[in-house]
Amino acid sequence: MDLPLVWFLAIAVLWTGYFVLEGFDFGVGALLPVLARDDTDRRVMINSIGPVWDGNEVWLITAVGATFAAFPAWYASMLSGFYLPVLLILLALIGRGVAFEYRGKGDTARWRARWDTVIVLGSAIPAFLWGLIFANLVRGLEMGADHVVTASVFALFNGYAVLGGLLTLSLFLLHGAVFLALKTDGPVRVRARAFAGRSVLVVLPLLVAFVAWTGRGGALAAGVVAVVALVAGAVAIRRGREGWAFTATAVAVGLLSVTIFGTLFPEVLPSTTDPAFSLTIANAASAPYTLTVMSWVALVFLPLVLGYQAWSYWVFRKRVGRDHIPAAH
Amino acid sequence: MALDLARWQFGITTIYHFLFVPLTIGLSVIVASLQTAWHRTGRTEYLRATKFFGKLFLINFAMGVVTGIVQEFQFGMNWSAYSTFVGDVFGAPLAMEALLAFFLESTFIGLWIFGWDKLPRRVHLACIWAAAIGTNLSAYFILAANAWMRHPVGFEIDPTTGQARLTSIWAVLSNDQAWSTYLHVVSAAFIAAGLFVAAVSAYKLLTRKDEREHELFRRTLRVGFVVTLVAGIVVTVSGDHQAKLMAQYEPMKLAAAEALWDDEHAAGFSIFAVGDIQDGRNHVNVQVPGLLAFLATGDFDGDVQGINDIQERLTAEFGPGSYIPNVGLLYWAFRMMMGLGLAGVAVSVVGLWLTRGGRLFRWDWQYRLVVAALPAALLANIFGWILTEMGRQPWTVVGELLTANSVSPGVSLTEVAISLSAFTLIYAVLAVVEFGLLAKYVKAGTAAVMPYPENDAAEPDRTDDDRVPAFVY
Ligand code: HDD
Ligand code: HEM
Ligand code: HEM
Repeated sequence: MDLPLVWFLAIAVLWTGYFVLEGFDFGVGALLPVLARDDTDRRVMINSIGPVWDGNEVWLITAVGATFAAFPAWYASMLSGFYLPVLLILLALIGRGVAFEYRGKGDTARWRARWDTVIVLGSAIPAFLWGLIFANLVRGLEMGADHVVTASVFALFNGYAVLGGLLTLSLFLLHGAVFLALKTDGPVRVRARAFAGRSVLVVLPLLVAFVAWTGRGGALAAGVVAVVALVAGAVAIRRGREGWAFTATAVAVGLLSVTIFGTLFPEVLPSTTDPAFSLTIANAASAPYTLTVMSWVALVFLPLVLGYQAWSYWVFRKRVGRDHIPAAH
Repeated sequence: MALDLARWQFGITTIYHFLFVPLTIGLSVIVASLQTAWHRTGRTEYLRATKFFGKLFLINFAMGVVTGIVQEFQFGMNWSAYSTFVGDVFGAPLAMEALLAFFLESTFIGLWIFGWDKLPRRVHLACIWAAAIGTNLSAYFILAANAWMRHPVGFEIDPTTGQARLTSIWAVLSNDQAWSTYLHVVSAAFIAAGLFVAAVSAYKLLTRKDEREHELFRRTLRVGFVVTLVAGIVVTVSGDHQAKLMAQYEPMKLAAAEALWDDEHAAGFSIFAVGDIQDGRNHVNVQVPGLLAFLATGDFDGDVQGINDIQERLTAEFGPGSYIPNVGLLYWAFRMMMGLGLAGVAVSVVGLWLTRGGRLFRWDWQYRLVVAALPAALLANIFGWILTEMGRQPWTVVGELLTANSVSPGVSLTEVAISLSAFTLIYAVLAVVEFGLLAKYVKAGTAAVMPYPENDAAEPDRTDDDRVPAFVY
């Protein structure tokens, strides 16, 4: 088998898993000011993702670690090429992770309000920037023969990339709202449902525009199915079928990721300076030995990880409602 | 300049990450053990101790996680030339760490925090152990990666690309430098965590705010001491082994750490030295005869290489340039590591003796000394890394890649300046917040995490209720 291809697929799977999973917890975090009316509502929302957000984030760490091992040049050029956006994402993730843990540990409303702001920004900023980064990857960057990205920060904010960012941001908000409709009870659930129903009207045109602008070949087909899934999700949430709606938005997020990686293939970081300078699956990959070792490790451990993560979602399957939130700490 | 800033950033963010790491490594196991004790005996005191130290553990853990993410990205952001050169070898343990250890850690910590009243008691206990195992496993992989930089094995240089290529993952994971470092670092982590438990207990006994928790903290004080003592033995034995490996693989580092300028037979261990780095010699040097030779070779009559001679040999091998790391810094880092760390161990030994058979300390300053041992142990950990990393300079991968050639060519000075300031600033703010929270929960004591029964009602000795209220955000 063609190992570099297998690893390209594996990394696409890891990123897809990351977007599907962390997508909803970004959405939940960013929706705090929109869907909560008081502190108990906010705690309902945060506790609905409390047990799982860190596990979701490890999908990112694994995707990045696997890229380092399987495509060192991709890892190096991408992270140094997107230096400032990546920095912002890191700062956001730092703030957000700490905020979940610390917000409930202070006594004043001001303390909690501050951390809530951190959660909102810490969720919304990466939700936007991941779209921006991946749209730029698809579009290509100015990059020389030495694989050093020479594009300026401003060049990263081109129309296509901004569209990508707005798309991931709004899609994750929707995905988060549907998650809340599925996983909470009481006023948050009611508002989340209403928000999801309305926000589709924004997400749908963005998704259609992005797919139309991006798509070619099989990737285009995936994009079209993503659009269909989103419409199905909208119908399901209006009918109160929350489980189906969440499945549908998860599929839409997943297929958006498939569209992105499908369009990228067989390159991993196209150069707009000269196509000959592009990083491709072939020229960025590690040697066969490393890829073989990594394949065995992944083959054994990925199913195990999926197993216990699924179990943890099962353990916390019950809806979180206002009456589950204890008064003090 | 961008290189210097990138180095500062790496140093600052890694040291900061490593303030939380040792506590996570040790406390995860200590908290899991306390909960096991509760599980076995049903005694309420153990549950209360589990919850109290569990809370502190989580406050610390959150910081460990978020600072770790930075590390994972930083190689690509600031050290892209390094990453391209070593990714084939170095990336593998990093990816394994994420897949095998971080998933385990994060998923089961989530289950533990939120699962108190949802999981059967046994399963819930297994969750904290799974997280503790994940934590210690993650240390192995990252240390194997780091050890490879000091003693590269199991690879070859690809003639066409000029990059390192893995030839044996087994060689990388079973590198003697890797398991030796693992023993040393993890035992050093347990010194810090043991002293954390002891210091918190000592503080509570010192301030005497709540009589009801006295019994508990007298017990945990001794638990902390015992952990530190055992870890102290392992740290000494493994440290000795580290020195022997250093003599073998990185003689320059050892020579610098000892301010030993010339090759010497039966070299002495320097206690105190004042030297002239320009001139390459010492003015004052108080030594224990033969000890360095013993530390480095296992023989009091052994030969130890000196800085000036190694410099000559390295110039002959790798071409002109200075291969001498910062001698003054290494010399003192070595002594601070051993001195501060072993001082912490000594506090534990004396503390165990003084509290034997249920005795209490007589003087308040004795409790204060135990509190002071905690920062000493954390500093010892930091100085250990400074010795290891600064001593490796000017190399990132010894004999293969220079630090100067590791940095990202496309990243500008401005960009690194921005990230360095941003990290430093946010880390400083978070340090204040984290310390404040730890202090708050230590002061609030055990009643805050698990109230005592009201109206002087006798507390049941045993807690068999499965539905213990959950930790909830
Ligand atoms: C000896 C142990 C050790 C060392 C040298 C390092 N770490 Fe670390 N790291 C841990 C031991 C650890 C840990 C104990 O497993 C942590 C601390 C707190 C935690 O949650 O796990 C952790 C957390 C942690 C996380 C977050 C995991 C999560 O989300 O659960 C990442 C991504 C890294 N580390 C990556 C790194 C990198 C790239 C390092 C190299 C520069 C590094 N660590 C040095
Ligand atoms: C287990 C992983 C590692 C740990 C715990 C670690 C720890 C440290 C510490 C504590 C320092 C501080 C020294 C100082 O500047 O005062 C440092 C410096 C440094 N480390 Fe590491 N390191 C690790 C891996 C790496 C890797 C993979 C690189 C690859 C580039 C690296 C490159 C550097 C550099 C360039 C410095 C700055 C050196 C200087 O300022 O002179 N380290 N590291
Ligand atoms: C007799 C006592 C000790 C000896 C002989 C000793 C020896 C060493 C040596 C030689 C190294 C450098 C390894 C290398 O760069 O290749 C080292 C590193 C280190 N030491 Fe120690 N040490 C001692 C005690 C301690 C104590 C008490 C602590 C902390 C509480 C500590 C923490 C560390 C850490 C964190 C490192 C960096 C990781 C590593 O390279 O192993 N050491 N030690």
